[in-house]
Amino acid sequence: MSSPGMTGFATLFYKELLRFWKVSFQTVMAPVLTALLYLLVFSHALEQHVEVFDGVRYTSFLIPGLAMMAILQNAFANSSSSLIQSKVTGNIIFTLLAPLSHWEFFLAYVLAAMVRGCAVGLGVIVLTLPFVQLDLHYPLWALLFAVLGSGLLGALGIIAGIWAEKFDQLAAFQNFIILPLTFLSGVFYSIHSLPGFWQTISHFNPFFYMIDGFRFGFFGVSDVSPYFSAAVVATSFFALSLLTLRLLKSGYKLRQ
Amino acid sequence: MARKIGPFSSAASFASIPPAISSCMTAAIEIRDVSKRFGALTALAGIDLDIAEGEFFGLLGPNGAGKTTLINLLAGLSLADSGTLAVMGFDVVNRYRDARRRLGVVPQELVFDPFFTVREALTIQSGYFGIRDNRSWIDEVIHHLDLADKADTNMRALSGGMKRRVLVAQALVHKPPVIVLDEPTAGVDVALRQTLWSFIRKLNRGGHTIVLTTHYLEEAEILCSRIAMLKRGAIVALDSTQNLLNSVSGRRLKLWLKPNELPLALRPMQIAKGEKSFTLKIEDYAEIERVMAELRMAGIAVQELELQQPDLEEVFLQIMSRQ
Repeated sequence: MSSPGMTGFATLFYKELLRFWKVSFQTVMAPVLTALLYLLVFSHALEQHVEVFDGVRYTSFLIPGLAMMAILQNAFANSSSSLIQSKVTGNIIFTLLAPLSHWEFFLAYVLAAMVRGCAVGLGVIVLTLPFVQLDLHYPLWALLFAVLGSGLLGALGIIAGIWAEKFDQLAAFQNFIILPLTFLSGVFYSIHSLPGFWQTISHFNPFFYMIDGFRFGFFGVSDVSPYFSAAVVATSFFALSLLTLRLLKSGYKLRQ
Repeated sequence: MARKIGPFSSAASFASIPPAISSCMTAAIEIRDVSKRFGALTALAGIDLDIAEGEFFGLLGPNGAGKTTLINLLAGLSLADSGTLAVMGFDVVNRYRDARRRLGVVPQELVFDPFFTVREALTIQSGYFGIRDNRSWIDEVIHHLDLADKADTNMRALSGGMKRRVLVAQALVHKPPVIVLDEPTAGVDVALRQTLWSFIRKLNRGGHTIVLTTHYLEEAEILCSRIAMLKRGAIVALDSTQNLLNSVSGRRLKLWLKPNELPLALRPMQIAKGEKSFTLKIEDYAEIERVMAELRMAGIAVQELELQQPDLEEVFLQIMSRQ
């Protein structure tokens, strides 16, 4: 192994990349396969029955949603699992003893989460391309939402990793917060197909804006304006980042 | 591959620490009125302590005395409720980057990152401290701690003793002038202790300040020039090792007699009896003459005689029991 240029931040970032890359079968390949299985099942079941956007097949509609879901879930998993493992095994001491600022700590974990999330999302899209026609009308929009969404979930993963003291607490965070928010965000449907009450509820789910905005990048069509979605996601990311930085600076549950 | 290293090369390498670090002529560690509570428990109660550059300092105390808490505060792993701590003149909170660059800590727990090999772990740890290319020093540390055969082995595959060596290596990768060892020989074999102490002594001779906590008091007695004893979060003794040893009254005189009996006049002094020996407590050397006189008068011959000095364990027990 040769290491890159090593400032404290670069090393921590590199270490976080290496950590998931060394078990990439579990951290990248497995979630890509899961997303493809979702695609297989849902497209076979609904392809002939559902057309969400005019002229867009359901399978094509589904792919960006599944890719974004994979991006969000894996970004969260990366930072949260890395932190909880380090805390439980005690090796977090090596980073706490180092002269790293809370900013460096935050950026390294969030960027690594973004890389893993985007790697999985890219994997989903690339592997479906041979089978499904997928347009990419506004790639920069798609990229913007992938970056903001993975960053937001990376920051949320840090908060969960700091807060959780045991693996089951983290699993609860994942199963009772992340998973419902993701599934109820329009991955598999357009919120316009929902009853009025649930449409209203969906507008309070920040995950909806990430999925909808990301999908706009592909089809040029979305449930709400991509500018509004970008504003909601960017604001959420900013707010969560501030909270994460504050937790890291205070040493909450890290430095007793 | 590890390089072959001369016996004093580690001290020479440590001498190459940047001037900003090595030229500081201040106390290595300054602790001022430091208190720390965990809920209702007072872990540290107003600790004041200075440790000079180049000292080999012992921090002793029973379990729960506050030794590890004090080290954690020094390392920034925990935050003090009140008071200040500084490493080489740098406050551990306000100047944490400067303080941490000058401090190497060997933690008590056997912790490791299971994703990496020994060399990767050391390279990453170097990077945390901003060192871009540390290969030659990593090779040297690996060599001195007898880790060369395991350098490319995953941390999970190492024995407990080997993991302990890696922890020491990780604390040294950034060449800190102050090294804190929190019970580094707990549960490790004799070979590692010898290797470890030989290396640490060499570093100390090279000018490095060493702070050691241990429950092996014979190690502290041999290695440390000055010792602080903690009890319930307070320093109950602080002096040179020799002064602490001298502070305990009473030496022991062990006698092998023929016939194997002790005169009545000496029985009040007896503190132990072996199968063929008697151990007497004497306050000073002059008492030896009185013992000899009593034995002569009783017609008892001395076959063998041994004068025993109090050891640190005895000092420790006395100090702990009277506080």
